[in-house]
Amino acid sequence: MNLAKTYSISLIGLTGTLIEVEADISSNLPGFVLVGLPDASLSEATARVRAATANSKAPLPNRKITVNLSPASVPKFGSSFDLAIAVAALAAAKTIQHESVSKTVFLGELGLDGSVRPINGVLPAVMAAKREGFGRVIVPMANLAEARLVDAIEIVGVAHLTQVLAIHGVDIEVVDVNPRSTLDSSVANSPTVDISDIHGQDSVVESLVIAAAGGHHVLMVGPPGVGKTMMAERLTTLLPDLSLDQSLETTAIHSVARLRGKVGANLITRPPFESPHHSASAASLVGGGVGVPSPGLISLSHNGVLFLDEAPEFQTPALESLRQALEKGQVSLARAAGIATFPARFQLVLAANPCACGQAMSVNKACTCSTQAKLRYLNRLSGPLLDRIDIRLQVKPVNAAQVAISRQTAGRVTSQQARSRVVSAREILRSRLTQLGYELVSHVPPNELRRAIRPSRAATRNLDGALAKGVLSMRGYDRCIRIGVTVAALDGRDQISPADLDQAFMLRGSDNLMVAA
Amino acid sequence: MNTNTNVGKYGEDRASEFLERLGYEVLERNWRCNVGEIDIIAKDHECLVFAEVKTRTRVGFGHPFEAITSTKMLKMRQLVGEWCRAYRVTGVQVRLDAISVLLTGGKVHIEHLKQVF
Repeated sequence: MNLAKTYSISLIGLTGTLIEVEADISSNLPGFVLVGLPDASLSEATARVRAATANSKAPLPNRKITVNLSPASVPKFGSSFDLAIAVAALAAAKTIQHESVSKTVFLGELGLDGSVRPINGVLPAVMAAKREGFGRVIVPMANLAEARLVDAIEIVGVAHLTQVLAIHGVDIEVVDVNPRSTLDSSVANSPTVDISDIHGQDSVVESLVIAAAGGHHVLMVGPPGVGKTMMAERLTTLLPDLSLDQSLETTAIHSVARLRGKVGANLITRPPFESPHHSASAASLVGGGVGVPSPGLISLSHNGVLFLDEAPEFQTPALESLRQALEKGQVSLARAAGIATFPARFQLVLAANPCACGQAMSVNKACTCSTQAKLRYLNRLSGPLLDRIDIRLQVKPVNAAQVAISRQTAGRVTSQQARSRVVSAREILRSRLTQLGYELVSHVPPNELRRAIRPSRAATRNLDGALAKGVLSMRGYDRCIRIGVTVAALDGRDQISPADLDQAFMLRGSDNLMVAA
Repeated sequence: MNTNTNVGKYGEDRASEFLERLGYEVLERNWRCNVGEIDIIAKDHECLVFAEVKTRTRVGFGHPFEAITSTKMLKMRQLVGEWCRAYRVTGVQVRLDAISVLLTGGKVHIEHLKQVF
């Protein structure tokens, strides 16, 4: 029987589906038919496979070859099936022993010369293979380091089709090629910036530490040049290293996206930082693509920080598209090829000028905007979006004296010191949050948190007063308690003190940004 | 006659001998009509076999079978109809075969594909 079967993985989003690649050779005029819902680039695999096998001195027979990708109802796309198709066809032609390939997953694109080229999304594909119970995966040599991040499964890297044949016991001269390594091992895992670079903004830095400890979203309003961008860039340096699960998740997303060849031979172990330009579209933030959904920046900043500088300048649809992800921590993209769900639990940092001219809050320059213009400017940040932001900071310009004092103070907080505080605060909160089923304080819905925390009457006296006077809304009240929990934990305490809630009240700020401006 | 025609003729002779060795009865060779030409018409038991023969002296331009395109097969089907009409043959089983003759290094290599429709 001229029939053979091998396996590959189809990726939609981060979800890998095991695909059986069946090949049949029948006595008919030469032809190569690929069935099982392939897209255009996958249909072209037939041409690549025939040329690659011929140029590897293992030509396919001049007969009709039918390759089926099963389950046929799952849409398949891309060139990562090439290797599996070639191996299945060669096994059907009895060039390779069927038994030796039927327990292996093959991933890789073929060049016409038979070289095996790297593909996107190796990491999630190998994880899927492991989940399906396979013991061995053959991957392109250039993706080997990435594939090896998955343990407890045998990974074999190959650079040429002849190597695959040799591995499976075919007596063939192995072509030696130097794989084109697309992997950049110099991933920016070591931060080069430090929070101590910031002078004279000690209270804002402290607020960022609180934001880091609780994972609270932050809005910074201030005139240009006060260091909003600088501070946002340094927020990731305050965050602890990713856990192994988080690393794998984040690396997998970057592997699927591979926008900038950013995935290195190593895991991404530091929280990612993304700062799109304000002309970014909703699709670039959320993810999308024709046919095949690919992750957007909110997923690329999963477990890290998404920084929107000049937030009011973003298009309204782009800003509003963030809301679902902020709520759910993931985003579902429905496209023709299927629905992909990407995790998107990021810490949002917004920076905004107080008005279009930017001088509303500055001391020695006058603002030229009318009240109307100011209102219009800040109203671009919609209520529902601001609602989800716990900490709203006013960043005021520093004067020369403050900078001078800061320069002379030796004990400026470094990122490392701040990070260890963040780590211990998270440690204090861990058991309580795990009970509720969350990871960070900011993930807990405020009402749920209030029920679990029950701060003392004495602690909430000032908040109660503000609520009674109408200065604070009920929602704002809940948010303050949420921040208060983080503040207390940073101080090494389990119980919330009145001072914690006062600080929280200050960090929460007003719902009306105009008051700030 | 040019070389190609000679090679083709030689190949068809070999293919015809090959079919006879298989026990086929060759009824006709190179039957022509205004649609085209059928290389070999033979009888395999009760089945009428219409064979297209491709002969090559090297595979630089591909295997002989690769030269039998879908257009060619479409034409073959038409020709079968024409042949049956010309001989007033009805109600028989017919089969379209492809035969490749490779002449390399003084050796004749014949491949036969049955029922290639």
